[in-house]
Amino acid sequence: MVQARFKPGDRVRVMQAYPVGHVRTPHYIRGHTGEIERLCGSFANPEELAQMRSGLPAQPLYRVRFVQREVWPDYKGSPQDVLEVEIFQHWLEAA
Amino acid sequence: MIERSHHDMGGQPGGKVERSEHDYADWERRVDAMSWLMRKHGVTVDERRRHIEQLPPEAYDRMSYYERWIVSLAQAALQRGLVTSAELARKMVEVQERGSG
Repeated sequence: MVQARFKPGDRVRVMQAYPVGHVRTPHYIRGHTGEIERLCGSFANPEELAQMRSGLPAQPLYRVRFVQREVWPDYKGSPQDVLEVEIFQHWLEAA
Repeated sequence: MIERSHHDMGGQPGGKVERSEHDYADWERRVDAMSWLMRKHGVTVDERRRHIEQLPPEAYDRMSYYERWIVSLAQAALQRGLVTSAELARKMVEVQERGSG
């Protein structure tokens, strides 16, 4: 199992990359910065499972919180509104 | 380089949301059962999603949810050597003739 590098409250940036393959990190959130809300656990990497490999060692998966207004330039709701996305550690870097 | 694959639709205009409930057709239940059986033999949901994500955009939009799953199960069975394209073709013709007969 890969060691968890982040803890709740840490600021993280989602890698802005567009590799081929089966990727769970939504396109709309790549390149954005958010805050670790929680560590969800560690799971086999779906990018590897999709290619018929084991996906091991298990990768830490986080729930990351983003401010809606920072994600969507035309967002009309409250500035307090947030969006939470579950993202694997290998897509995150310290911000 | 493809920046956004067709299936990765989050944040795109999506049109009206259909809120009515509907019952499943028998063939849809069978597709679901087949997915579970293949999972027991190592075909993960991630592998099946990869096949769905590789559908051409027009096919992805035209096909229903379970029709996409059928394509993914067939692709997985083919890649893993459970069936050949020739066997699949013969069976498809046979079923089609049975239906029209």
